[in-house]
Amino acid sequence: MKDFAELLFPGELMLLGALLVPLVRGKLRSALVVLLPILSLGQLLLLDLGHDATTTLAGFHLHLVRVDSLSRIFGIVFHIAAVLCCIYALHVKKALEHVATLVYAGSAIAATFAGDLISLFVFWELTALSSVFLIWARGLTDPARKERAYRVGMRYLIVQVGSGVLLLMGILLHLSDTGSYSFVRMGLEASRGAPFIFVAFGIKAAFPLLHNWVQDAYPEATVSGTVVLASFTTKLAIYALARGFAGTELLIPIGAVMTVFPIFYAVLENDLRRVLAYSLNNQLGYMIVGIGLGTELALNGAAAHAFAHILYKGLLLMSMGAVLYRTGTVDASRLGGLHKSMPLTTVFCIIGALSISAFPGLSGFVTKSMIVSGVGEAHLPIVFGVLLFASAGVCDHSGIKVPFFAFFAHDQGWRVKEAPLHMLIAMGVAAALCIGIGVFPGLLYEYLPYPDVAAEYHAYEFTHVLTMLELLMFAGLAFVVLMKLGVYPPELPSVNVDSDWVYRKIAPEVVRDGYGLATYARVRAWNAALAVRNAFLHLLAVHHTPPRGKLGEPWSPSATTLWAALLLGIVLLLHYA
Amino acid sequence: MVSQASAFVVGVVSTVAFFALFLGSRETRHEVTDDQEHLFYAAYLLCLAGLLGMAITGDAFNVFVFLEISSLSSYALVAMGNRRRAFSAAFNYLILGTIGGTFVLIGIGLLYQVTGTLNAQDIAQRVQTLENVAHDTHNRTLLVAFAFMVVGLGLKLAVFPLHQWLPGAYAEAPAAVSAFLAGTATKVIYFQLLRTTVVFFGAAHVFGALRFGSHVLMPLSVVGMFVGSLAAVYQPTLKRMLAYSSVGQVGYLTLALSFGTEEGVTAGLLHLGAHALTKAGLFVVVAVIVAGIGSNRIGALAGLGKRMPLTAFAFVLGGVGLIGVPGTAGFISKWALLQAAFDSEHYVVAGLVLLSSLVAVVYVWRIVEVMYFRAPDPDAAPITFGRTVEDKLAITAAVVLLGATLVFGLFPAQVHELAADAAHQLFLEPEAVVSPLPVHGGAHR
Repeated sequence: MKDFAELLFPGELMLLGALLVPLVRGKLRSALVVLLPILSLGQLLLLDLGHDATTTLAGFHLHLVRVDSLSRIFGIVFHIAAVLCCIYALHVKKALEHVATLVYAGSAIAATFAGDLISLFVFWELTALSSVFLIWARGLTDPARKERAYRVGMRYLIVQVGSGVLLLMGILLHLSDTGSYSFVRMGLEASRGAPFIFVAFGIKAAFPLLHNWVQDAYPEATVSGTVVLASFTTKLAIYALARGFAGTELLIPIGAVMTVFPIFYAVLENDLRRVLAYSLNNQLGYMIVGIGLGTELALNGAAAHAFAHILYKGLLLMSMGAVLYRTGTVDASRLGGLHKSMPLTTVFCIIGALSISAFPGLSGFVTKSMIVSGVGEAHLPIVFGVLLFASAGVCDHSGIKVPFFAFFAHDQGWRVKEAPLHMLIAMGVAAALCIGIGVFPGLLYEYLPYPDVAAEYHAYEFTHVLTMLELLMFAGLAFVVLMKLGVYPPELPSVNVDSDWVYRKIAPEVVRDGYGLATYARVRAWNAALAVRNAFLHLLAVHHTPPRGKLGEPWSPSATTLWAALLLGIVLLLHYA
Repeated sequence: MVSQASAFVVGVVSTVAFFALFLGSRETRHEVTDDQEHLFYAAYLLCLAGLLGMAITGDAFNVFVFLEISSLSSYALVAMGNRRRAFSAAFNYLILGTIGGTFVLIGIGLLYQVTGTLNAQDIAQRVQTLENVAHDTHNRTLLVAFAFMVVGLGLKLAVFPLHQWLPGAYAEAPAAVSAFLAGTATKVIYFQLLRTTVVFFGAAHVFGALRFGSHVLMPLSVVGMFVGSLAAVYQPTLKRMLAYSSVGQVGYLTLALSFGTEEGVTAGLLHLGAHALTKAGLFVVVAVIVAGIGSNRIGALAGLGKRMPLTAFAFVLGGVGLIGVPGTAGFISKWALLQAAFDSEHYVVAGLVLLSSLVAVVYVWRIVEVMYFRAPDPDAAPITFGRTVEDKLAITAAVVLLGATLVFGLFPAQVHELAADAAHQLFLEPEAVVSPLPVHGGAHR
């Protein structure tokens, strides 16, 4: 059995199996799509810790498989996510989306086990090229959004491939400096290439100012596509950062900023899947802080939080996907009262919401507290405070706002069917895992990068629980007060980023001014950047589009001849240069 | 003696020419009129003979003779396109091609006047005596010869800004001709440019003293990479898109040469092979698409992923080769190009190469989106393609050419070695074939 498992690299089964999907139909296809990730998970579990496999391909010595405690935990959760995503997407009739999902998940898994930078790059690019189809597929189900899906997908693709290009640049520089392309802890000073690699990871990890693609693209994908997208790309980047840049102090401020700034946008946003995309950034921030600390406890926390995060974020997006599937919208202003018609979805969504808010007893609590404890141990009071504030914010927008506006609030008269069975199964399993991890954290802790350290950690210490509960109470109170005053913003059908006056009543002075100013500056800067970009694109298009653009249209022979004469002169002048 | 580089180019050209001819019977039926069938084959074979001759000859004057043979026949081939625009495209190609050929002839003439020989090895050896960098001896006639030759070859190679004959010619020619020319003509000319700069005039002189690489070729290559690729993004038809992409790819070829190093020339030869197979394969795919749906307008490709799944997939395969995705030959050559750039410390240029591949992603994925995500026109006629032997031959050609790019992408060791050896041989000190004559500046026999 084990020999058999060692034949393939993790993820290969899904990559190859994906090619079979278009060849079969109906039930057989559904079975294949769900079985592939399950079999692949089985294969991974059979591999020993410390298993290595190398191969020589295209002139490179590739370290294709490296199973260690760090890659294994990410590998396992990617597999679980892949299984859930595949079950969740069973309503999709077209093969394309299934193929894209399997290739995307398979390449993310393969990238996780890549022990050298070249294989990492190959799978890194494959995730980009395959995942864009999940966005474009929205145009298939929703013809009105065709053009929009195309443009969003293209923007997303350029960012993703851009990250790959930076990675390649970094690898080449790293190779020429150090003579090695094995993927080990490097830090920013390892070579001239390391900063490039760092930024390449940073783009996919949605560092502040490099983050816009997440909110731009994720909410535009299909019902199941968003769930799939949110599971892999950013967490792969988290893994890569943990592998290559653990203990890089620059990551601590980056992560701390990431936890805070999306909160404001998330609270104002009307599209509930976009709200979740913002809170994705915030959650990534915790993991990045953990990686930046680089202590064993903090790294454990980052890995564990990624594990839990994939599950509860997936669960939340699945529940919103179910709402979108049944009602055709996820705008807070148009939803409400769905708990009557979709009771199970409501329950699952609340479990996900409580998990992301780190409610004691659920998965988010036992993992996030590890990172927060790590920060406490490192004596970084400001970061500690920021993370606590961010926790309250998460609870506010993802924990309360999302379920409240979708399922409760004003009954908008939606009378729809409960989510389809396969979606309920996927959500049910995810919810069970959220509860399971929360109740029996030891099961997860065993698989962490440093299991000895994790075994000594007790999530349910009195102070942890109390602090968290206080925070949650505060966030809940704030929400209730704001709702009673009738000033909680998202019921506006369109979001105005300048309507930040609500926050001035409660938010601390510093945050208030900072936020107002930041919003203003951001809007102005964004507009200016857009204007420059548009002018540039316009210029490119004008000059390259036939028939008027001269660069995209054959010239007359005389023009070319003139150039030839000119060039002749230039080459002759070289002599005197 | 045939150099390894010659053998390499001859191999690539013969392969492409052979498989492009698989389209021949279909072309002569659909695009070329019956009374021209014999002319089509005659011109095709003449052109091939000229190209192979040019690649294999060791005589400078024969380079010109074979160049003219291949050029004249290729003008005729382009003019056989079935739209009236083919005539103007062919005429444009003829004028500029003739100017390029004339420049080359002037260059060879001057070279002969100075060195007194037409044998490639002898030229190399005598030029070295005349242009001794160490002793700071210069010969002005040689410089003029060099200028005429590189500009003439640049025109034939479609180096930016001398590229504007190419899109018209490739877009209007019959599909088999586009596939043939795209995979052979510019490649052989590129090989001549390699020989002219590295062998005839000596790399040390051209890239060292004259700084031809850094001052002329490199900037033009970089601009060409971007202009070609960007223009490809905005083209309305597949053939023109591919033609402009070729302009961009020529930029990579000349960029590889412009470093003036052995690694650079290795990368250039690799890219020559990779791009020849990829682009020829893509033009064959376009011929299949035109045969299937009667148009190569990008709008007409809607739903092609469903209507012609194999063909659409073949296009994607070729497209990722153009981008240089790992696993394709395009990646191997681009990797070699980047390594050459790093070795000669051109970091910014390496960054620009990577940036320009982003543009390639856009123009390829734009087509992919149309093929897989747009609903086909409901009134579109059903596709009857794929029944006849001709159709099967066409598909076979596409599969073989694009399959070869995958094989070389996954197992590049031998090809890489071959290219490296060939480049090494080009950079060796020239050995005289006949005993060197005592040469005086401006002497003639």
